[in-house]
Amino acid sequence: MSTKTPSTEAVDINDPKLSRFEIIREGARRDDIEIVHYEPQFPPGSKAEKRMVRIVATFFLITGVASLAFLGVFIFWPWEYEHGAYTLSKFYTPLLGVTLGIALLGIGFGILTWAKKLLPHEISVQDRHVGTDPESQKLTGETALYMLDELGLKRRPLLKGAIGLGLAPVAVVAAAPLIGGLIKDPHGEERQSMYKTGFNPVYNDGNLVRLVQLDGSPVRPEDVSAGGQITVFPGIAHGNTNEWADSPTLLIHLREDDARKAAAAADADEINRGAYYGNYVAFTKICSHAGCPASLYEQQTNRLLCPCHQSQFLIIDNARPVFGPAHKRLAMLPIDVDSEGFFVAKSDYKETVGPDFWERP
Amino acid sequence: MKRRKLDLGAVPGNVARGADERLQASTPLRGLLNKVFPDHWSFLLGEIALFSFVVLLLTGVFLTLFFDPSMREVVYNGSYPGLRGQMMSAAYASSLDISFDVRGGLIMRQMHHWAALMFMAAIVIHMFRVFFTGAFRKPRETNWVIGVTLFLLGFFAGFTGYSLPDDGLSGTGLRIASAIMLSFPVIGSWLSSSVFGGEFPGMLIIPRFFIAHVLIIPALLLGLIAAHLGLVFAQKHTQWPGPGRTNENVVGERMFPRYAMKQGGFFMAVFGVIAFMAGAFQINPIWLFGPYRASEVSSASQPDWYVMFMDGLVRLMPDWDIFIPLKIGGGEGYVIPPMFWPAGVLLGVLIVLPMLYPAIEARLTGDKRIHNLLERPRDNPHRTALGMMAVSFYIIATISGGNDVVADKFHISLNAMTWVGRIGLLIVPPIAYWVTYRICLGLQQHDREVLAHGVETGIIKRLPDGRFVEVHQPLAAPDEHGHTHLEYTGWVVPKKMNRVGALGPAIKGFFFPIEKPVEAPVSPGHPPVDPAAKREEVGSSH
Repeated sequence: MSTKTPSTEAVDINDPKLSRFEIIREGARRDDIEIVHYEPQFPPGSKAEKRMVRIVATFFLITGVASLAFLGVFIFWPWEYEHGAYTLSKFYTPLLGVTLGIALLGIGFGILTWAKKLLPHEISVQDRHVGTDPESQKLTGETALYMLDELGLKRRPLLKGAIGLGLAPVAVVAAAPLIGGLIKDPHGEERQSMYKTGFNPVYNDGNLVRLVQLDGSPVRPEDVSAGGQITVFPGIAHGNTNEWADSPTLLIHLREDDARKAAAAADADEINRGAYYGNYVAFTKICSHAGCPASLYEQQTNRLLCPCHQSQFLIIDNARPVFGPAHKRLAMLPIDVDSEGFFVAKSDYKETVGPDFWERP
Repeated sequence: MKRRKLDLGAVPGNVARGADERLQASTPLRGLLNKVFPDHWSFLLGEIALFSFVVLLLTGVFLTLFFDPSMREVVYNGSYPGLRGQMMSAAYASSLDISFDVRGGLIMRQMHHWAALMFMAAIVIHMFRVFFTGAFRKPRETNWVIGVTLFLLGFFAGFTGYSLPDDGLSGTGLRIASAIMLSFPVIGSWLSSSVFGGEFPGMLIIPRFFIAHVLIIPALLLGLIAAHLGLVFAQKHTQWPGPGRTNENVVGERMFPRYAMKQGGFFMAVFGVIAFMAGAFQINPIWLFGPYRASEVSSASQPDWYVMFMDGLVRLMPDWDIFIPLKIGGGEGYVIPPMFWPAGVLLGVLIVLPMLYPAIEARLTGDKRIHNLLERPRDNPHRTALGMMAVSFYIIATISGGNDVVADKFHISLNAMTWVGRIGLLIVPPIAYWVTYRICLGLQQHDREVLAHGVETGIIKRLPDGRFVEVHQPLAAPDEHGHTHLEYTGWVVPKKMNRVGALGPAIKGFFFPIEKPVEAPVSPGHPPVDPAAKREEVGSSH
């Protein structure tokens, strides 16, 4: 079976004696295609063929039934959310999916059976023309070069310079507004500065910022039981929203022994000296690795785990990273209690909060 | 005026002539209808990606009609009681509305998500097919590069789409994306603040991602898919070696009607499977995650599967930062965070290296010829082994992306899982290389053994001297040493007795036979060409 045989002579397609298949075959031959094998899979009218026809018809009928079922469910089934475990509306989406799936699979399998079993099986061979025509390539190349010659850039060096100096800048004109409009200085003195959080007194008219809970209520020391921890936010407008995504802080009430160790470690550190209040410490919740809220606190080991990439921080040692990809410790928020007995931040964080970056001070 | 009688038989011819005189389409159209496609089940993998993409477009259009890409804070008042009265972004609220307050909205959302996962999975497996069979070789290097780019675009399409609902899980993903941008040396903070329009999260990221997800990336995808298919069309499919198949021809069936019809059927089947999964299997139940809040995250927060390898690489990276004690520019020194290596450099390498692979292989082997015949993976053990090395690397990275879940479900220490990943990432790929290489050689060896000795029959014979030998069925007439000298052609060698015609084919019919059992074993191979005279039943008469 090769492309060369059978090398039938070209036939006259207007010859009335030719069958339609022979004309088709001649058309294919003119497209360099040789139909070398073509036969129905079953004898026409045979039992096997009739069976296949029935199967295809069944698939299409299944599609009809499933489509109607889909429409029925879509229109009549209660679809609005109802509270409860096994309400009817819980089955709305599954029923839609199952009926639509069956309907589409019915079409798919029907067509597949039709094509694979009922259409004649064939083997055709088409030439690829792998070797390209070197003569044509030469002609194309020379044509292109001739166009360049005619421009005469070689003979007119001034034009070359003018293209370089005059036209090159326009190449970036399209990009300039697009990119230029997007560029934003990360160090601007706007509210969203990378080096300030909501605990900065600047945002509270110069007053110390209270530590508040998610609902905005200020926190007293007795609100956190020993060994417990809560998430606190700066007590300013929108301080508990994503506008202040770097501000969420973990306030931890350490047990007596741990608190002593934590205090000693903090006092030994230049930045964190005296940043705790009694047995209470506050660290940023934003992981120094990728910025996820590191919030899985293990009381027994005093470790804080970030669930995103498993960085672990030792709270009683200035929240030093002890495992995982984080290399920077969590910043400590200096805290105190104001005259009304509520927690306040003595100042903003003294270290940068959030994921680490190139020019971090 | 006399009305002429309409000659029905002449209508098709007249229409065709009329169209051809205006559009000059008849010859190209015949070439298209007649174009020959070789067929193999593995060629379907790329088509599954294409079909999923169509489903993505269809369902995506529906979703845009209801989605509000805004980070404006609103109070939720919809049907889901668990979140009623809460403050959330309009994007999240409208995603909840699509799930609960739009008739059929949830199934569309789930179909869109399942189709996206299917799209990426089909791309990856299609890439395996192309890589392991050497289908990327000249002249198809360009299409390989386009394919890798399509994977990358699919990755970003997936990530931007995943971020749009602004739920607790996707917001965390965005936060990590911002951290990845921040980790780039020198430009990091500029990059992040430019993309987010200020410090994370700002008010712009969801509208920006929306435009990227529904306009920019789909437009690029459409253009590249068109180029991809156009090249496949122009270069014609590769084919497996086999009888009559050469580097210069294509053996298969003409596109119309059978091949095209099968493709239509497969499209409906893929569509149906996606619809079924969307109904039966819940995906991304955003109402359980709550709105994104910078202070909240749950354990077991995993991205979609095609992003997990990156998350895994980030998890495995040790805490190695590079500190540069340069006190210029008012800083106190500069730092390259550890995040930069897995998420910046390694991702770049993992994209560029596959793109360059065809050029690298051609350079190393010196093979600059045109290849239209596929290679069986066993016939190029180096490439297969390299591919398995990459696959094992990818699998370990992906598993590590869920190592907290593995640790939790199998009661393994979390830290141990991290170490297993770190060490595994270094030693498993070389082991995979060696094992694959040996398996390939073994398979080659066995093929050649069958060609030299024949098929194992399972019949044990005792020789007069007491030895037991297995009887082999030679594939050709053996010489005096019992060897046959058949050449290995790069295609399947029969290894079972019924493949050489020792048994008749199975009789068709489920309850009753619908055909007569064959009387004698038939020989395999293609029947000869029927003479044209016997074909009268095929075409109808004129």
